[in-house]
Amino acid sequence: MLDRETVEKVALLARLKLSDEELATMTDQLGKIVGYIDQLSELDTDNVEPMAHAVELSNVFKSDEARPSLDREAALSNAPKKDDECYRVPAVLGE
Amino acid sequence: MSIEFETIIGLEVHVQLATESKLFCRCSTKFGSPPNTQTCPVCTGSPGALPVMNRHAFDLSLKTAVALNCEIPKFTKWDRKQYYYPDLPKGYQISQFDLPMSQHGYLEISDSKDRFETKKVGITRAHLEEDAGKSMHDEAAGKADSRIDLNRTGTPLLEIVSEPDMRSPLEARAYLDELKLLLTYINVSDCNMQEGSLRVDANVNLHLQTDDGKVATPIVEVKNMNSFRAVERALAYEVDRQLAHWKKTGEKIGDVPKQTRGWDDSAEVTKAQRSKEESSDYRYFPDPDLVPITTTDEQVAKVRDSLCELPAALRSRLVKEQSITPYDAGVIVNQGRAVVDYFLEVAEGCGDGKQASNWVQRDVLKNLKENEQTIDQFGMSATSLAALVKSVKAGDLDNSRAGEVFEYMLANGKDVVASMAALGIEKVDDSALDDLCRELLAANPKVVADVQGGNQKAIGALIGQAKKKNPNVSPNDIRGKCLAMIAEMS
Ligand SMILES: [Zn+2]
Repeated sequence: MLDRETVEKVALLARLKLSDEELATMTDQLGKIVGYIDQLSELDTDNVEPMAHAVELSNVFKSDEARPSLDREAALSNAPKKDDECYRVPAVLGE
Repeated sequence: MSIEFETIIGLEVHVQLATESKLFCRCSTKFGSPPNTQTCPVCTGSPGALPVMNRHAFDLSLKTAVALNCEIPKFTKWDRKQYYYPDLPKGYQISQFDLPMSQHGYLEISDSKDRFETKKVGITRAHLEEDAGKSMHDEAAGKADSRIDLNRTGTPLLEIVSEPDMRSPLEARAYLDELKLLLTYINVSDCNMQEGSLRVDANVNLHLQTDDGKVATPIVEVKNMNSFRAVERALAYEVDRQLAHWKKTGEKIGDVPKQTRGWDDSAEVTKAQRSKEESSDYRYFPDPDLVPITTTDEQVAKVRDSLCELPAALRSRLVKEQSITPYDAGVIVNQGRAVVDYFLEVAEGCGDGKQASNWVQRDVLKNLKENEQTIDQFGMSATSLAALVKSVKAGDLDNSRAGEVFEYMLANGKDVVASMAALGIEKVDDSALDDLCRELLAANPKVVADVQGGNQKAIGALIGQAKKKNPNVSPNDIRGKCLAMIAEMS
């Protein structure tokens, strides 16, 4: 089962701020999801090759030709905050 | 208290592959365009956008991996490396985790001044990944925002990870120099550090020999080094710092989490940065949007066969076939293949590798540097220079005037014969030389007496006089002839 600390850690990594209440709900719901998926571990996969991809395709390539990109205006159009050139985000401190 | 220790260095190099378009879309990779003018839904991670792998980027990485003596697995795939940062719009970077496109190679490094022994530095792996965007911090204006430019997002990078096989900052520098030279020779990257086409992170710690046995200091990752010289200096600083820190605290590997430190070039120190997230925190998983890549032995063999002669092989060939020193071979090979070809043409044309090397290094390279030219723009063909060297070797042109002829040839685009004629240079025949020497000795009895008294250097006073009478005479011939005549007198 999923414990509260794990959910807190995942939330931190995803830069999500959860209230105590939300944390409790998430722990319960995420726990159920992980538990559901975990049923798969009941299967014996000792002799099964690990699968890297769900489709049996490989080597799909494009050629190396540059094409026009989006207009800057269009590229920035959905940004909550922007200036004439860039997306603006809360200050990223340090490196 | 002095203590014996060994420095352990491993390097991670990110190199931008020389493609026209990005790794998974067709936006241009051109450097220096206005912010956010080279993006598309794939770059910005818009819902529904599908990345497709750039064939050329894979070919370039394959070429590099083969040149680095790597094994090329038959199967490689893409993984998502999850982390949140404003310049990473998708919330993950497409990279390669457990099945990289190449691994277990090596790069040989040596020092032409023999400051360390020639060694093979292991290459743990080289894998492909996409670059992130750029954050700009408007600190000066005191604004609270950071500005994000996503032009760089999705640019193809090859991350080349070395084994911790280097034992000094000097070896680390040699590795970087050799790697850059190799990448430039095989044309996979312009390796321009100023434009971010080549970036270096270093892992360093010390193995100390103490009374209680061997002790390792905590491994530190050093970042923010914007030149190879900065890497060398940052590592040297870090060695001193870790030794001092260990003496003070006794802290050893495992006592503290891995630390990241940034090099401050003006202060010449490394400074602690925020602690690095554990590798498992990146929560890698296979990217479902991209299919795997398979490579056959035939493909790898073909790449191997098509590789040009690599710098190391070229250096040993020059030493062996042209009888020049490893140092000279290094200087010439470092200039790039075009200069090597020019040198070889001169060497073969005049039949003297050593002289060709002298001329190319002293006159040609100096001239190119002064005029900020490349060898293709140089105004004298290798054939012309070979003819000049040949004239000097044959004694038709005295060494003392060869530089003058070189300048004339270069300035006027004339061959050596025409240039010598234009400068009035002709070989002084033996009888003319005899006459001149006899005349000089007769006019300078004191010099003759000095030489007879054992001061051979006194003859030097005659050289200037001889040159005045006939600028074509060779100082060496005058010296030799006059000494011989004085010897006959007594
Ligand atoms: Zn794009």
